[in-house]
Amino acid sequence: MQEIHIKVEEKLYQNRYMVDEGRPHISVKPHTLPSEALASLVKICPAGCYSRTETGQVEIAPDGCLECGTCRIVCAATGDIEWNYPRGGYGILFKFG
Amino acid sequence: MSETFDAIVIGAGPSGNACAYVMAKAGLNVLQIERGEYSGSKNVQGAILYADALERIIPDFREDAPLERHIVEQRMWILDDKAHVGGHYRSDAFNEERPNRYTIIRAQFDKWFNRKVREAGALVVCETTVTELIKDDKGKVIGVRTDREDGDIYADVVVMADGVNALVASRSGIKKEVTPDAVALAVKEMHFLPQDVIESRFNIGEEEGVVIEVAGSVTVGMVGTAFLYTNKESIAVGIGCLVSDFTEAQVRPAFLLEKFKNHPSIKPLLAGSEVKEYAAHLIPEGGLNAVPQLFGDGWMIVGDAAQFVNAVHREGSNMAMTSGRLAAETVINAKKAGKPMVSSVLVAYKKALEDSFVIKDLHKYRRLPKVLHNNKHFFTDYPRLLSQAAETMLRVDGEDKRSKEKKITKAFRSTRRLGGLLGDVFNLARAFR
Repeated sequence: MQEIHIKVEEKLYQNRYMVDEGRPHISVKPHTLPSEALASLVKICPAGCYSRTETGQVEIAPDGCLECGTCRIVCAATGDIEWNYPRGGYGILFKFG
Repeated sequence: MSETFDAIVIGAGPSGNACAYVMAKAGLNVLQIERGEYSGSKNVQGAILYADALERIIPDFREDAPLERHIVEQRMWILDDKAHVGGHYRSDAFNEERPNRYTIIRAQFDKWFNRKVREAGALVVCETTVTELIKDDKGKVIGVRTDREDGDIYADVVVMADGVNALVASRSGIKKEVTPDAVALAVKEMHFLPQDVIESRFNIGEEEGVVIEVAGSVTVGMVGTAFLYTNKESIAVGIGCLVSDFTEAQVRPAFLLEKFKNHPSIKPLLAGSEVKEYAAHLIPEGGLNAVPQLFGDGWMIVGDAAQFVNAVHREGSNMAMTSGRLAAETVINAKKAGKPMVSSVLVAYKKALEDSFVIKDLHKYRRLPKVLHNNKHFFTDYPRLLSQAAETMLRVDGEDKRSKEKKITKAFRSTRRLGGLLGDVFNLARAFR
């Protein structure tokens, strides 16, 4: 497949967020090797929130989260992540939706 | 809050707003809880508004609802990498006094709809997330717990309109978790252009709109579709595929959107536009088989939370509004008759849904999700074959037409073989029956 290089971060700059500092609404449970489901999130999270550390674990920075729930559903069976909606009023604020 | 409400509605999207509005209008004491800053701030859709469903709730909505364009032309395109083959339907009959479909911008539309809910007398509390249902010792739902301090609130009935993730129901153990093969992940951008540029580019008048629905190689073999809708001063462009296909194919959603935007048939339509938002959202696409238990003692589920989407016809918001209205009417009737909000009474909601287009249409297409899932070549081989066939017939190059026809037939038969072709026809016909 042809590889188009896209910086998702540049797309996210257009959006409005109210970040709940110090209270991430999603967290990855400690692991040595990520499950297949967890590893897949690095590519399929539409906001690119997941990444691999140098030692191979999957970590999340949920500030740019679009609150779609894809990671929640993909990892529902494995229990790799803890997922909640942000507190009321926080998170993505769609201007158009 | 120590008072007990007649009803609590969780969520302020199309289904929640419809439900809360109808109940409040009938004089019920309604509390609606929304986690966003305002109704619409968490909601994403293409978006098309189907007038009929809203007209049955607010007959004169056209007077002040924020509508973008009424749709006069529908383009259905099948894409391969270089071409599109398709059908267009455009009719002046769609320029009617009460147009049938409109493009809308959800953040604005939902805000308007929610203002109507308040005007009808409901209490709307925003910036509050419902965390779970509260049940009595017999298991009847009697209220909700929120993320506010002292945030327990009680009501005779709770209507869950909290969207596709349906967290409240699944965490309260009354609904199974959504599975990756029953939801599509869609990503979308809003592209802004001057109004006159949109109108000349799409060959439309001031209030008129065009929608383009797309399938084909642009989803790189995954089950999915793409769209392009004209708003007044913007174009909504998006693409979605099953979550299970994304995980399997390991394709970046943003890459897919970029690929679609750069397709030679799409790129000129977006040229020079300014992007102002990037959104992602899940769409329930599991069909009838994914619909959960819809009611119980003290509760009902409506809209996307109940997985009411007709993926074939791209209808969801109309099913959301209709299910919200039917749930509201069920509560109103029970209240009038002095009946308790228990399962044996709320079953009327399910019966009303079964008599409506909501369940009838889901039933009609119940086989389709599986057929598409098991026949990925509908999204790869056929678009390529159709495009090749059209190119072969249209290119004038000295070859006689019968030889061209033979070439086309051969291409189809060598790709799918006769049995495969017949099987595809049978499967599709059966799924659409």
